[in-house]
Amino acid sequence: MKVVIMGCGRVGAALATEFSREGNDVLVLDTDPAAFRFLPDDYAGETFVGSGIELATLRKIHLDTADAFVSATRGDNRNVMAAQIAKHIFGVPVVASRVFDPLREEMYRNLGLRTINPTRVQSKRLKRIIEAKSDEEANEIVRDFMKQDGV
Amino acid sequence: MTTQTAEARRGMYIIVVGGGKVGFHLAQELVEANHEVLVIEQDSVKAKEIADELGDIVMEGDGCEATVLDKAGTARADMLLAVTGDDEDNLVACQVAKQRFNVARTVARINNPANEEIFRKLEVDITVSATSAIMAHIEPELPTMQHLIVGMRLKGSGLEIVEIRVPEDSRVVGKRVREVLLPYQSMILLIVGDDAQPRTPTPDTVVRAGDEIIAVTLHESEEALREALMAPPVARSF
Repeated sequence: MKVVIMGCGRVGAALATEFSREGNDVLVLDTDPAAFRFLPDDYAGETFVGSGIELATLRKIHLDTADAFVSATRGDNRNVMAAQIAKHIFGVPVVASRVFDPLREEMYRNLGLRTINPTRVQSKRLKRIIEAKSDEEANEIVRDFMKQDGV
Repeated sequence: MTTQTAEARRGMYIIVVGGGKVGFHLAQELVEANHEVLVIEQDSVKAKEIADELGDIVMEGDGCEATVLDKAGTARADMLLAVTGDDEDNLVACQVAKQRFNVARTVARINNPANEEIFRKLEVDITVSATSAIMAHIEPELPTMQHLIVGMRLKGSGLEIVEIRVPEDSRVVGKRVREVLLPYQSMILLIVGDDAQPRTPTPDTVVRAGDEIIAVTLHESEEALREALMAPPVARSF
């Protein structure tokens, strides 16, 4: 599978590393070349300096041949714009985005993008560990969360 | 009847997202034209400047956020104009206005002209690009025109009339019209030589460097047509 990831922050880099280790063709995009420091030394995929909301960049990396596109930059608007370009202009079959604003996240999910909102999930989880009776119990809850996600 | 006239006089409710230079002057014009205007601006200094000049028509906040647009009364807005300096913000403001608040008309300022196609596809009603507007005016006067100029779009068919100047190193220089390979649904309508004499092309007309070619083509074939008439000959190895 050919996967293009926009945004090489901690999430983008971790995602790229995992997909790459599983034997997929991975390319990570970031406008800042220094961001690629988050990738491990043995990362076998590609990196590309450029913007995921620029058609010229997306043509250069042949986005039309990708099987999946993920946008995970810090900017919600950039993420959903890039995802829509990938889906509607380049015809990428699977498109996913991280969107911090819950209302925007819901709207774009209804518009057919695969979106995830970390804000709501994380605030609920933080509340649960704050309300835990002891540090031990809090740690137990965190281990549970991680188990659920296969971390 | 009377109420209708009164309503017409009151004008429309127009939301302007982005209080930079474009947003400020737009708001000023619209207020003068008796419309009800609200400018949404994130930067508190800019917001205050607008309020000082134009009065209490500014709201401080992010115009892409549904909660802010809700407070702004977007549901009753006739029009939303997104004119920030960032195309992604303008796109999202228009999409939120349309999807969540059913605003009938959304207009986006486009900073990167390459984004026009994207916005059109994503159903922003009107796009305005200063770059494209200026280029359209100056292009015919540029001596080193490297691409084709769209003169006119034919409604419905997707066809457009374009203008190309044949460069000296083009692959079609010295060729007859019938030898020129054109993309699908493209046709040469007119050739104007250095002498400013228009010639209706026949299959035997020879294309010369510096000729202006007026052609009809599909929007999607623009690039292929440019290549066919302007690119240098393909290098061949024997």
